[in-house]
Amino acid sequence: MATQKKPAVDAVLVGFGWTGAIMGMELTAAGLKVLALERGEMRDTNPDFAYPRITDELSYGIRGKLFQNLAKETVTVRHTPAEVAVPYRQLGSFLPGDGVGGAGVHWNGHHWRPLPDDLRIRSRYEECYGKKFIPGGMHLQDWGVGYDELEPFFDQFEKVCGISGKAGNLLGKIQPGGNPFEGARSSEFPLPPLATINSALLFEKATRELGYHPFPQAAANASRAYTNPHGAQLGPCNFCGFCERFGCYMYSKASPQTTLLPTLMHRPNFELRTRSHVIRVNMAADGKRATGVTYIDAQGNEVEQPADLVILCAYQFHNVRLLLLSDIGQKYDPATGQGVVGRNYAYQLNGGASLFFNQDQPMNPFVGAGASGSVIDDFDGDNFDHGPLGFIGGASINCITTGGRPIQQMSVPAGTPAWGAGWKRAIKDNYLYTTGVGSQGSVMSYRDNYLDLDPTYKDVYGQPLLRMTFDWKANDIAMTQFIGSKVEGIAKAMGPRQYQLSFKKPGDHYDLRVYQSTHNTGGAPMGTDRSTSAVNRYLQVWDVPNVFVMGASAFPQNFGYNPTGMVGALAYWAAKAIREQYLKNPGALA
Amino acid sequence: MPHDNARRGFLRHSIAIVPVAALSGAACTQETPPASAAPPPAGASAVPSAAYSPAFFHAPEWAFIQAAVARLIPADDTGPGAIEAGVPEFIDRQMDASFGHAAIWYMQGPFVDSPPEFGYQGKLPPRDVYRAGIEACDAYCKNTFSGKTFAQLDASQQDQVLKGLESGEVKFDNLSAKTFFGFLLQNTKEGYLSDPIHGGNKNAGSWKMIGFPGARADFADWVGRPGVRYPLPPVSINGPQG
Ligand SMILES: Cc1cc2nc3c(=O)[nH]c(=O)nc-3n(C[C@H](O)[C@H](O)[C@H](O)COP(=O)(O)OP(=O)(O)OC[C@H]3O[C@@H](n4cnc5c(N)ncnc54)[C@H](O)[C@@H]3O)c2cc1C
Ligand code: SF4
Repeated sequence: MATQKKPAVDAVLVGFGWTGAIMGMELTAAGLKVLALERGEMRDTNPDFAYPRITDELSYGIRGKLFQNLAKETVTVRHTPAEVAVPYRQLGSFLPGDGVGGAGVHWNGHHWRPLPDDLRIRSRYEECYGKKFIPGGMHLQDWGVGYDELEPFFDQFEKVCGISGKAGNLLGKIQPGGNPFEGARSSEFPLPPLATINSALLFEKATRELGYHPFPQAAANASRAYTNPHGAQLGPCNFCGFCERFGCYMYSKASPQTTLLPTLMHRPNFELRTRSHVIRVNMAADGKRATGVTYIDAQGNEVEQPADLVILCAYQFHNVRLLLLSDIGQKYDPATGQGVVGRNYAYQLNGGASLFFNQDQPMNPFVGAGASGSVIDDFDGDNFDHGPLGFIGGASINCITTGGRPIQQMSVPAGTPAWGAGWKRAIKDNYLYTTGVGSQGSVMSYRDNYLDLDPTYKDVYGQPLLRMTFDWKANDIAMTQFIGSKVEGIAKAMGPRQYQLSFKKPGDHYDLRVYQSTHNTGGAPMGTDRSTSAVNRYLQVWDVPNVFVMGASAFPQNFGYNPTGMVGALAYWAAKAIREQYLKNPGALA
Repeated sequence: MPHDNARRGFLRHSIAIVPVAALSGAACTQETPPASAAPPPAGASAVPSAAYSPAFFHAPEWAFIQAAVARLIPADDTGPGAIEAGVPEFIDRQMDASFGHAAIWYMQGPFVDSPPEFGYQGKLPPRDVYRAGIEACDAYCKNTFSGKTFAQLDASQQDQVLKGLESGEVKFDNLSAKTFFGFLLQNTKEGYLSDPIHGGNKNAGSWKMIGFPGARADFADWVGRPGVRYPLPPVSINGPQG
């Protein structure tokens, strides 16, 4: 029972991270009265990310000061539908954000556009390798939107963020020094690439000699001072090494705070309410329209907020959970394969090599930025022949140093004791001389990897937690094993004294304890077929046209890259459809 | 029964004896080790820089913590040991911090045993795991080593017990010995390697040893200079270190 009812707004945004901030900018620009509800605290560069306090590995990197508080709400996890799920009790595998800016505060800034063929993956594999190539139980889906349609929105997001990088394909012409596999871009990156760190110099040389195509990682860490199209100013990144898991005190990392909020917060038709945890979307009696949302405010009151448009911007998990709690769309059922909400949860399958060099080759690992380093894309997507290999997907392979924070980023050679004098000697001998080569692998979606509501566990408001049923599948393990063989070749060619590999093997299970990535995807997949997608190509809920769902929940499966380039572009694409089509004629978009 | 009152009383009486290297100001209020007590670890000359009175740990627990971390990261000529680095102080402070209370962990039941990949699924927050774990470990030591607590054992016996906890060979009645060891090792390394503001890593000793410059956080001039070692010593959030 709501105890309070607030005056209606034109649009309510649930969650105020990257997608919330983008939607806020775009919808206020269209003249709407927009309210953002964010469950966490207000946060800004000053004082929340100020130096030197932010350079505290223990508080931010290990204890997770900026991340979601799991005591209030978490997910439960199991490997198969036959098991009982248990709560994700401590942060490990993924680190959802909380507070203004969301995970856009403590992300790294690796920026990617998907490959054009990633967006039409089923069509591509069927054309190249035949229908039979796609394993049974795999829900391989085209996205329903093409690369060329999204290109202007990738471009827009890159200019807002001030991405540092080198184009590899400008207007269809391959450019030296960039990624030759990328889709055509309409313009060069707004800033030149970040300077190349020591280890990436070795990686570039080795991969080039092996016949691959290294290029600098496109980074939302500004390589120069930059003013974005909204007039927001970014300062040059100084490779502080406290980037991933931390806020940037230099105003260098693109975040909602550095790129959008300086303008948005001053718009008279915008309002932000923090410490406002949305518990459901309210529906009209016929179930065909949302009437607004209900949230719990900072004092614990239940508040009803009427709105004409409800835009879920609450991150992948929370979006799916809110749809399920609000009974929007048909729930997915793995037994029949019917239903769409909760369908196609996917993740990423990463692996890597640790390289140990001699003492005459200091790597200075503390000199790093969230996205500083080099990459190859030769074994990603369908950039290589899958025919003889028998699996779908691939991985980008990188040499990136985000920093050398001694608790989390310490690497020691295999066989080193976990403690005692031997451990101490090993950290002394290796810390300065270590680097890594990593891979970020795609994960396909499957009939029995999905999300629903947990029957047992509840959040602090007494509502069911989201339940994740997920494990690695043979296709994805075959992918990562193949990538492992390529990474090994690169590691050897970089000439370390010693290296060791870590790639998942057949029989390995998804492990919640170890950080892998906060690249959770799916659960409210987009598409053009309403029997396999929860939202249409404009991220609009099929049967509830005044609800839109932003974020990586829309991904029908995951690719071999970080998601936010795609998440940002989709938000701009959906915003344009709302502004130019929906507002003129509120209803289902064709 | 680990919670047996008689045993508790007994534990209190046979107050722990700590290696010389483990003596901090607070530990000095305990009995002086007799000649037969454990010899200090090889090369141990470390004396903690400042006295610290534990806020969470009781005296016998404090003796255990000091003895255990002194074995997990011993003092030798490679670099500071855990005692010298103030790791016990760090752990004590963590027990009252959000970590000790599991403040941002989901701690609602039911609690179900599950494979290790699902992470710690126990009911107890870390501070209670420490309390129960130390008590159980000292009880185990007494049973196995004719009445001696962990802190009273010699270094090789202590190593043997720690290895037993780590491997799961040593088992406690009401608690996973492995879980207890896991928290202890994790926190010991954290206290050794984190910024000195948290009470460990005194004078940034471990950072000096490995070559990490700490909170300098400004390396724009140091990108892409292969073969050149960064020259400046570490700073803490609190400023210059030694
Ligand atoms: C450590 C880390 C590193 C990363 N590195 C990269 C990278 O290098 N490149 C990349 O592309 N991506 C990266 N990501 C992922 C990136 O951060 C996300 O893709 C992006 O932030 C998603 O934007 P979003 O708007 O969907 O969600 P978020 O930015 O997370 O915002 C969601 C907001 O909604 C709020 N919210 C949730 N539920 C509710 C509710 N019920 N009521 C009210 N508010 C709610 C949350 O508190 C949060 O503030 C990284 C993520 C992490 C955690
Ligand atoms: S590495 Fe650069 S972008 Fe990242 S936090 Fe440091 S200064 Fe900011």
